[in-house]
Amino acid sequence: MDEKDREILRVLESDSRVGAEDLGTMLSLSPSEVQARIGTLEKAGVLRKYTAIIDWKKAGEDGVVALVELKVSPEREFGYDRIADRIARFPEVKSLRLVTGTYDFQVIVTGRTMQEIAEFVSGQIASLENIKETVTHIVMKTYKEHGCELQRSEGLERLPYSF
Amino acid sequence: MAVNYREAKGSNVSRTASEIPEEKVPRSYISQRAEGIPPSGIRKFFDLLLTMDDVISLGVGEPDFNTPWNIAVAGIDSIEKGITSYTSNKGLQELRDLVSSYLSQHYNTDYDPDDEIIITTGVSEGLDLAVRAVVDPGDEVLVADPCYVSYAPCVMLAGGIPVALPCPAEDEFRVTPDALLEKVTKKTKLLMINYPNNPSGGVMGRDDLKAISDIIVDHDLLLLSDEIYSELTYEGRHVSPASIETLREKTITLNGFSKAYSMTGWRVGYLCAPSEIAGAALKIHQYAMLSSPTMAQYAAIEALRGAEDAKDRMVAEFRMRRNLFVAGLNRIGLPCHLPKGAFYAFPSIEGTGLTDEEFAERLLIEQQVAVVPGRAFGSSGIGHVRCAYAASRMDLEEAIRRIGIFIDSI
Repeated sequence: MDEKDREILRVLESDSRVGAEDLGTMLSLSPSEVQARIGTLEKAGVLRKYTAIIDWKKAGEDGVVALVELKVSPEREFGYDRIADRIARFPEVKSLRLVTGTYDFQVIVTGRTMQEIAEFVSGQIASLENIKETVTHIVMKTYKEHGCELQRSEGLERLPYSF
Repeated sequence: MAVNYREAKGSNVSRTASEIPEEKVPRSYISQRAEGIPPSGIRKFFDLLLTMDDVISLGVGEPDFNTPWNIAVAGIDSIEKGITSYTSNKGLQELRDLVSSYLSQHYNTDYDPDDEIIITTGVSEGLDLAVRAVVDPGDEVLVADPCYVSYAPCVMLAGGIPVALPCPAEDEFRVTPDALLEKVTKKTKLLMINYPNNPSGGVMGRDDLKAISDIIVDHDLLLLSDEIYSELTYEGRHVSPASIETLREKTITLNGFSKAYSMTGWRVGYLCAPSEIAGAALKIHQYAMLSSPTMAQYAAIEALRGAEDAKDRMVAEFRMRRNLFVAGLNRIGLPCHLPKGAFYAFPSIEGTGLTDEEFAERLLIEQQVAVVPGRAFGSSGIGHVRCAYAASRMDLEEAIRRIGIFIDSI
């Protein structure tokens, strides 16, 4: 892992569609070297997934996103890890983090309706052993997702020419 | 010290309206100096551009990033706190201190924040101040050509005589000792340079500057160095002429925040010069401008204190776009040297058989891509077009595609 690898990662993080040829030109590497580096990064589990950021509201999907706080009792032998693994396996769970502060896990859950979320949280999560408390926050509006401001159009007003 | 106004010598004899001769030549209210500034030769081209939709504009001389938000917040804070009065003429002490240490850390120069640095309303004001501070009517001023469009008019407004110093593509747009010697006369007072260069992206390294330093010293010239693109240097490090010992006392350094921190509209820059020259420039600044916008000065303080990462990210992005765009130009058959600084590619279009003006106008009409004809920047720019790669990678790739179609159609 060197500076060129990190440069590749930074570009792909901002735009995962940039191909090996363009990446090579941009970073002064040959396309085959870029390909080889990307392959290594993928195998090492550094580069995990190529994805897109979507404004589902604009796509007409009235899905619901909830932020769920969980208080749990860690297990003697496994700490938080085994509980985390159980929660993470649900496809409804989009992200899961162990955090400092007044609760332990922060979970982002998606569903089609509020009802669906409520059923999932109470039926699948709250009922797990070691879960002491859940607090569910329904997302009202998303302003920024993965570094992308959704309520504001990107770019800025400039004169069409200046010297 | 009181200013002595000259007494106006009007006639004491009162006249009635009927006695005033009826036929008289309409009086021109425009000063000869203002009249003497030639209108931009490519006005027509830009008027056309303004009427068109769906244009990819590579004609823009400013970054396409928003001002880093922490910098903007510092400006907003100063407004919210009611810090909206004038600053001292020189600019905020804290900002001058920061500029002094920034320049010394990055470019190894040594400017006293108390009497060698003035915060200006952008480099444009600094340029005007510097020229007016040192140029007398009749003085010749060498302008490294191609260059930013305001250099020659600034000299003319000060009564000086601008003389183009050709820095053609074959010299990589640098000032060479031979070219300089050819143009220096007894009347030459000042040499104006801008590296990294707008429009060519050329740079002058330490050896290039040393090669002309003896001529500058021998002929007792002053050097005006506009370094607004200094942070946008992609090969090696920018060299400030004032860091070269023999040039230090001969150099006026101009720089600012517009390009490195995406702050064009804030209008804040600085002029650095030996105290005698800075003092003269300050007199003009205090009467003509008073001080640079206060909120912009607070924003600039934040830029120097806490925007290194944001700046580095922008520079890295410009470098990648440069590589991509210049490779694209060469691929479609427009030979282009790899510019070492700024955010402009300056390909030669002579192989197309068109003039730079025809090329730009037809490209705009036929493929809706705007570039600037090189002659706008002086005669050494003829046969080139300036393409700013301060545009998204997507736009740059589309622009290359359209320019390719255009070239194939000629």
